[in-house]
Order: sequence, then structure tokens, then C-alpha cells
Amino acid sequence: MADIALQPRVRPPIREATRWEQIKSNRNFIALWFMLPAMAFLLFFLAYPLGLGIWISFTDARIGRPGAFIGLENYEWLWDDSIFWLSVFNTLLYTFVASAIKFGIGLYLALLLNENMPFKAMLRALVLIPFIVPTVLSALAFWWIFDSQFSIISWSLKEMGLITENINFLGDVYWARACVIFANIWRGVPFVAITLLAGLQTVSPSLYEAATLDGATRWQMFRNITYPLLTPIIAVVMTFSVLFTFTDFQLIWAMTRGGPVNSTHLMATLSYQRAIIGGVLGEGAAISNAMIPFLLAAIMVSWFGLQRRKWQQGENND
Amino acid sequence: MTDLRTQPADLKAVLSGTARTVAADDHSVGMSYLESLPRRLVTLYLPLSIIVIVLLFPFYWMALTAVKPDEQLLDLNTYNPFWTWNPTFKHIHKLLFDSYYPLWLWNTMYVAICATILSIVASVLAAYAIVRLRYRGAQWVGGFIFLAYLVPPSILFIPLATVVFQYGLFDTPFALILTYPTILIPFSTWLLMGYFKTIPFELEECALIDGASRWQILTKIVLPLSIPGLISAFIFCFTLCWNEFIYALTFLTSVQNKTVPVAIVNEFVDGDVYRWGSLMAGALAGSLPLVILYAFFVEHYVSAMTGAVKE
Repeated sequence: MADIALQPRVRPPIREATRWEQIKSNRNFIALWFMLPAMAFLLFFLAYPLGLGIWISFTDARIGRPGAFIGLENYEWLWDDSIFWLSVFNTLLYTFVASAIKFGIGLYLALLLNENMPFKAMLRALVLIPFIVPTVLSALAFWWIFDSQFSIISWSLKEMGLITENINFLGDVYWARACVIFANIWRGVPFVAITLLAGLQTVSPSLYEAATLDGATRWQMFRNITYPLLTPIIAVVMTFSVLFTFTDFQLIWAMTRGGPVNSTHLMATLSYQRAIIGGVLGEGAAISNAMIPFLLAAIMVSWFGLQRRKWQQGENND
Repeated sequence: MTDLRTQPADLKAVLSGTARTVAADDHSVGMSYLESLPRRLVTLYLPLSIIVIVLLFPFYWMALTAVKPDEQLLDLNTYNPFWTWNPTFKHIHKLLFDSYYPLWLWNTMYVAICATILSIVASVLAAYAIVRLRYRGAQWVGGFIFLAYLVPPSILFIPLATVVFQYGLFDTPFALILTYPTILIPFSTWLLMGYFKTIPFELEECALIDGASRWQILTKIVLPLSIPGLISAFIFCFTLCWNEFIYALTFLTSVQNKTVPVAIVNEFVDGDVYRWGSLMAGALAGSLPLVILYAFFVEHYVSAMTGAVKE
């Protein structure tokens, strides 16, 4: 046995790595293959359509007929179109009102859920259900709840003696707007609340103990401890919320289809109606492209929110 | 102030209430024990129960409408509208045997599973390359993928419709299977990047010294360690697919090919006043698979939802 150990080990001769082996172990070369599937999808079905959409908006394309270049005509046409401006107004109203209320109720709900209480885990799980269920299907439930004749809300209010006639929820301009905004808030609050709750749990209770000893009121504790520590996550969550509210389509389509008299048409629903139902692809594409400046503004907010967050965590602001 | 936030949020445990919060580390208990029960009733339980009731009422109403007999549905005054003593399965029966509903359910499931698997495979590879291969320009690619996440379907559906038509995919399930990944890949890549970053680099260095290839490292070391992240990405992508509406509405025209959300909105809404029962039964049956999935994976769900925001 000992002899074997003493024998010199036979080493394979060291040889130069071939060119192919060098390439094979090159990081950039391997990464190329790893990135290929994702990049192919994003190029063919995201980047290319994005560019194509801008091109279509400069043509008079219709369904089944490629269009010719007509310059800015679609946009000039939209500039004089009162329905388009109404949809812009509706979209801004819908986004601002819904996002503001979502933020308020979401933050409040997160603070409530952060307290110690029995059945905490179950409550948190229940709260998130509206976010899980497909939007269209819950929108149908709201459609039935807001029915003009058999609405349970009208019935309850009549039983309580508050009103005498059924409320025409989705048939009246102002009621219809209020209803779709309500449905949007209902769906968005769980997302805001649960993400803010995750942020709240990183705040140390010892800060509140110290503040209580110093005689701070509940409002002061919220204003000077909770809110500053939550600001970074609030910035990100609200950017997402604004972005998805602004481009909302399915809730409106399932509940009102833009009616009554275009009062709930958002830019997304109007572009669907013009492009797919009306068949005028060029004009529809112009309407949806008109959303891009607003989205860019929202993304800028998100960018600066993230920057600020880095700074708060004490990282370099490179 | 800021140096107190040393512990990152343990997002998986947020929902279960078992999260190791900062409190557990510095032995502080907060000041909530100073509050009396009546005060907690008014400031905590009352508002909380109102919000929860409002959030859950539409589902109760959906379920109740699905089993109510027709005459009770439209007659609010003879019967108490909030309850029914003689539930009927007529609407559900009609849904399952007199309509294409099972076929629609199958379409939705098929599209969602195929699109999810495609996206997860693509994003695992991409996320690994961005985080661990760190090739030239990896940070830029990461940033672009995040931007892609912010491009909403509502500005893409018109050009995508013409693209889908050119590729000859119009009105086939492939139109959706190939376009959904554009929504899913940015999201899941971002989520998995966060996960892969938490795996110690030393493990990979050991494997490299032992002569493992990058592919072996990925399949034998990184993937087994990131199973929770994969589950999160998978169920969240699945839910997004199930929820998607505008692409399915635009790219599919024949009744047999539709997915559940589109089919219910287009095929069940007719002039009939008695449509509500089957409409609500359809909405309920379309939501149940997701709610059941959610019930099993609550924690993964939250980690997916908050993970995308966190990064």
C-alpha cells in the first residue's frame, strides 16, 4: 500500500486552451445564450409593437388594410375631437380621485392590520382576496350590485327610508363615474394596504416607546415616525397604482363600456372602441400613444422615489 | 433614525403574522398594551370590520345570486334579499351543461399554464445571467427590463393585433401564449433577480472550482435553493394570465377559443332579465380556482406582490 503512495502521480500534460474553449468560458458569450429567450420575447412582442404602434398612429391604417403615411393628421383630428378630450378628462379624474382615496384607505387599513389582535393572519389573507379575483369577474358583481332596477343598495336605502326612488347608478353621468371609481378603489386598496403593511413591519416599536415617554400624541407619532420611514415604499406603491389606474381598461369595459354618453370613457377604452370596433387602427393607436407622456411622468416619479429610498438607507447615491 | 432600519422586511411572513419584526430583536413591545378594550373597539375593530365587510360583500353577493331561484332574484320585497332558504343549482347546471363554460375554463387554464412556464424558463435564465454572470451592460439590461414592466397592455394591443395577424396567430391560443410573456417576463425576472442575489456567491465559487459548468450551477445549486421564489413567480404569473382581459378580447374572435373573463362578458350578457343567476355563477366559478390557489400559497403570494415593489 505504501508503495503506491510514494509513486509520483501521473499528471496530464498542461495544454493550451483551444480557441473554442476560451469562447465557451467567456462570460459575455454564455450570457448571450442565457439572455436569448427573454430578449426574443421582449423584442418581438414588446419593443417591435411599441415602435409599430407609433408608426401606425402616423398612417390611416384600417383593419385588413395597411395604411399610407399621413403625418400628424390623426393627432390633429384628435385635437379637435371633444370626445377625446372628454376621455382625457375622465382618465385624469379617475386616476387622481381613485389613487388618492386608495392611498388614504390603504394606509389606514395597513395601520389597523399592523396592530396586535386575534385572527390577525386570517384577516390579512381575507383582505387580499379582491386583488386575486379577476377584475372582470368582480366588475360583473358590481354591475349587478349597481343594477338600475334590482340594486341591493337602492333597496336597502329605500328600506331605511332615505330615498324613495331607485338610484340609476350606471345610467346617470355622475353616479356612473362615482361607481366605477368606487369599484377601482375596492380592487386597489388591498394591494396598497398589504405592501404598506410589509413596510410598516420594518419600523421598530422602540421608536414608539421612546415617543410615548416623550409625551407624543398618536398623530405626532404617525406624522414624525411612521410616515417618514414609510415614504420610500409609498412612492413606489403609488407610482404602480397610478400607472395601472391610468391605463385601466377591463373594469370600465365590463361595467359601463364607456357609457352613459361617453362619461366614463377612459383613453384605453376609447382607443379600443375606435381601433377594434370602429376599425380605424390609426386613430386608435394615436389615442393610446397619447397616454405615453403621462406614463413617462409617472415613471420619473418612480425613479426619484427609488433614488430617495437609497439615500434613506444610507447607500451611496451613485 | 435611519440606522434603526437594519432588518429588511421578511415579506413571506407578513401575511402569516409570523414575521420576525424588529421588535423581536430589540425586545421592545410597543405601546399598544396601554390601550383599554373600549378604546380598541372604536379605533380598531369597528373600522376594520367595516372595511373587511365592504371588501368581501361583492363575493357574498356573487355566491348568493348564483344559488338563488329566479323569482327571488327579482322580487326583493316578498323575500329577504340577503338570504335564501331554498338554494337552487339550476344556474350552475346551466353553466356546466348548456354552455361552453368548461371549454372556456380549459382554454384559460391551458393558456395560463403554457404562458407561465415559457415566461418562468426565460426569466430564470435572464435573471441568472444578469445577477451572476454580470456580463457587459448587465445593469442596463436590468433597467430596461424594469421599464418593460411599466409598459401597459393598453398601449400595445393595437400594434400587437396587427403583429399577431401577420404571424398568422390570430384567433388561436398561441396568440395569447406568446404575448402574455411580455407582461410576465419583466415581472418574474425582476422577482427572481432579487431571489438569486440572496444565494451566497461562495456556493457557486466552490462549484466552479469543482469544475461545474454554468448550466450545472444553475440547475443543481441555484434553482433548488430558490424554489420559494419560483413558486411565488409561478402563481403570480398564473394569476396575471387568468386576469388578463384586453389581449384576449382583441385577439380571439370565435366562441370556442375564448377565455373565461372575455367569454362571460361577451356571451352571457344578453337581454334576458334572468341572466343574473348564471352570470354570477360564471363569475364565481371563474374566480374559485384562483382563490383556492391563493389559499394554499398565501405567503408566496405576498412575497411576489411586494417583491416586485421592493427592488
